Amino acid sequence: MRIVEKTQLMTATEIDRTVQRLAHEIVEKSGGTSNLALIGIRRRGVPLAKRIAQAMRGIDGVDVPVGILDITLYRDDLSKVAAQPVLQSSDIPFPVDDKDLVVVDDVLYTGRTIRAAMNGLFDLGRPKRVRLCVLIERGHRELPIEATFVGRGVQTSDTEIIEVRLNEIDQEERVMLVERVP
Amino acid sequence: MVVPFRFGHMLGIEPLSAEEILFLLDQSKPFQEIQRHPLKKLATLRGKTVALAFFEPSTRTRISFATAAARLGADQMNLQAESSSLKKGESLLDTVRTLDAMKPDCIVMRHSSSGAPDFVARNLSLPVINAGDGTHEHPTQALLDALTIRDRRGTLKGLNVTILGDILHSRVARSNIHLLSKFGCRITLCGPAMWLPRELECLVPAGTSIRRVTRIDEALEGADVVLTLRVQQERLHEPALALDEYILQYQLTPQRLRRAKPDALVLHPGPMVRGLEIDPAVADGPQSCVLEQVTNGLAVRMALLFLMIGADSSSERDSSHAAD
Amino acid sequence: MLLISHGRVLDPASGTDAPRDILLDGDRIAAVAPHGQLASRAQGAELFDAKNLIVAPGFIDLHCHLREPGGESSETIETGTRAAARGGFTAVCPMPNTRPVNDNASVTRSILERAAAIASVRVWPIGAASIGSKGEALAEIAAMKQAGIVAVSDDGRPIATAKLLRQVMEYCRALDLPVIDHCEDSSLFAGAVMREGKQSVRLGLRGMPAATESLAVARDVQVGELTSCRLHIAHLSARSSLELVRAAKAKGLPVTCEVTPHHFTLTDEDVQYDTRYKMNPPLASREDRDALIAGLADGSVDAIATDHAPHEPALKDVEFDRAPFGVTGFETALGLGLELVHAGKLSLMRLVELFTLGPARVLGIPRRIAENEPGDLTIFSTEHKWTFRAEESASKSRNSPFDGREFRGAPMATIVAGRLAYQR
Repeated sequence: MRIVEKTQLMTATEIDRTVQRLAHEIVEKSGGTSNLALIGIRRRGVPLAKRIAQAMRGIDGVDVPVGILDITLYRDDLSKVAAQPVLQSSDIPFPVDDKDLVVVDDVLYTGRTIRAAMNGLFDLGRPKRVRLCVLIERGHRELPIEATFVGRGVQTSDTEIIEVRLNEIDQEERVMLVERVP
Repeated sequence: MVVPFRFGHMLGIEPLSAEEILFLLDQSKPFQEIQRHPLKKLATLRGKTVALAFFEPSTRTRISFATAAARLGADQMNLQAESSSLKKGESLLDTVRTLDAMKPDCIVMRHSSSGAPDFVARNLSLPVINAGDGTHEHPTQALLDALTIRDRRGTLKGLNVTILGDILHSRVARSNIHLLSKFGCRITLCGPAMWLPRELECLVPAGTSIRRVTRIDEALEGADVVLTLRVQQERLHEPALALDEYILQYQLTPQRLRRAKPDALVLHPGPMVRGLEIDPAVADGPQSCVLEQVTNGLAVRMALLFLMIGADSSSERDSSHAAD
Repeated sequence: MLLISHGRVLDPASGTDAPRDILLDGDRIAAVAPHGQLASRAQGAELFDAKNLIVAPGFIDLHCHLREPGGESSETIETGTRAAARGGFTAVCPMPNTRPVNDNASVTRSILERAAAIASVRVWPIGAASIGSKGEALAEIAAMKQAGIVAVSDDGRPIATAKLLRQVMEYCRALDLPVIDHCEDSSLFAGAVMREGKQSVRLGLRGMPAATESLAVARDVQVGELTSCRLHIAHLSARSSLELVRAAKAKGLPVTCEVTPHHFTLTDEDVQYDTRYKMNPPLASREDRDALIAGLADGSVDAIATDHAPHEPALKDVEFDRAPFGVTGFETALGLGLELVHAGKLSLMRLVELFTLGPARVLGIPRRIAENEPGDLTIFSTEHKWTFRAEESASKSRNSPFDGREFRGAPMATIVAGRLAYQR
């Protein structure tokens, strides 16, 4: 089984532009940012959430808090993974009750990660609203979950994988469509 | 990121490397965090069953493991020695085989015979967690002690640790000696001479600084950590030591504690007998870490259960079906 | 008639180490001569080709447990003696800790009757020193001697007090019986399951120091000196005990001792929590083991005895603390002894002596290869490679620490009273 690169979906510049655009969209569609908070899902949702928050600071000086959520404990498919993932802490340094949350992740696929994220958030309290912001939306949903804020929508097949690379984690910056080939 | 270590059983600290221990402590951190949530229940181990087989009476450790399992969403099977068929002469092997036939995912056991969990692990194909065997080891206690020390001190390396009490008969002492010696701690063992045989010094790797001292003042000098052990009053096959003798020579009092470093930590595996091995002022004082130990015990045990039975190691699905 | 030809005869009594043929007639040795010279006398005899094999006097095991009567689920006289024959033994001395204890003539007779009917080798019972081995009153030793015991012991336990030991020894001296003692200080022994040392501390198991044995040896030697009775120390395991025996011998006292193969092979470091390594006296330190080997070589140790102690799996498949003490030993004794020979620590003649003449002297009987002697021979190879598997043992029990061990050298045939009791 090999991984073969098919196309580059986004360059570094495109990623940056998309992040800026998403930040604007969130600000516009939130009816006020005083109660807003971003929750980045480990791993790559975290740098994305931080960049969006940074962009928001540039827009009209809004300072939106960023929390970090590790969803490993909330997954419904832990028994099925071949390689057990390392557990990391969540870090949400503000109360969740009554907050207007935007969950940020790199790719929306089956929706199970987001379901786990919601389980985790609701263990912490009762947010006022939870919306989803993703860099790439690729279809194939298995649960009734939708993203309010989408960087780019991509049609994919089951054998294809979206690989997001971000400087903070991968020391490179791009989004690729790759395929598993027997 | 994939876990670097797998634990088929957790029978003792002795065979673990320093890296494995640090990994276990790091993996305990998210579970410390969860204790602060309003809703502490996860569904992570839903559908899994943890068998708790306590052949020796225990309240605190049993409740700690039971709570750890429950908060992870696991079911439990509960065996308690007092009300078990062991009284009717059923052998240990038959008892655990009966439990095993009901297909738990792991067995947490405490037993009065050293080596009993090893015996069970050799005879069943089930992960075994040792919750204390005879005078041999109590690995989760040492791990929670280490977590407590590391949280308060920032490190486990090179600390002066004094262990106080009946070292020879203490599994808590042995596990702690094994663990702390892997981090270059300087270990002082202190207690009545007949409970401090020379062979205790052979428990640690060559080059470890370890010494036996019968005078408490000398033992506490410059300590960063003081680990106080419980005193067992009745001993089978041994003449008992008068409690007043013990208190006179070995009770941890505020005066004696002053010989240690000003911010020295006081740990105790519990339950404490205030006025026996520990003065109430020390037990409830600012240096005492006993309550954190209990909280950390829960975190460590949750981490261990999560690591040992969280993922099905026989699964063949590959990670592309992992989080998207 | 049975002709053993082409063998290399090793006879410690005469010091013979030479190629000899042996003719057995009935239950006796009829003739011993250089190869070929017995051809005419041996007309019509069965032939056994002992080429490349050692022919020794029949091995004697001074110390074993056959469990019958009372413990038949672990072993019987039939299965135990079959295992003994496979180990090359022609005679075994079962200890009296059966149920009931062999403390009177009728139990002795029932054992001997059973043995006569079914045993593969000679059975020479050891009678109890005290009634029930309880350490209170003297057992019916004279009646048992008449019935056929060859020695007296409370094995399983020490003879309880110095006072009782003195009485037993006075009595046995008059009856010309050796007293065999399981040397152990009860208070140091209490609750212990292995030798006290680094390993016991590491494993969290209660240990007993070497003094547990040597204190009792010192007692026995001094009581023995008061009585001039023959004293034999069972399963000696510690260097300190051996030194006491050496000193006693140097003084001319009639003190002898035996060592088991597991004690000259293993140490306390071999103990993990596997109950196949749990026996009493326990496996000792390296220094002890090395001292025992030196004692085997220099004559301070008189005999190798197996202390074959079978326990059925249900008894041994438990936590270490709860398991009974004891390991089997008939079938691995020679192989383990040969390991010492192959390593140059013991001469082959000396090894044979430890299995034959040594034990015979303790019992006060002859054991040699000569005309008119009993037709007991042990024929073995020093080279045959084999692996001991406990589940293939003739014993009913499996509790051996040597399961799976590869050996170089094995018993090839055991001849008891002129008949082949075992052939590989």
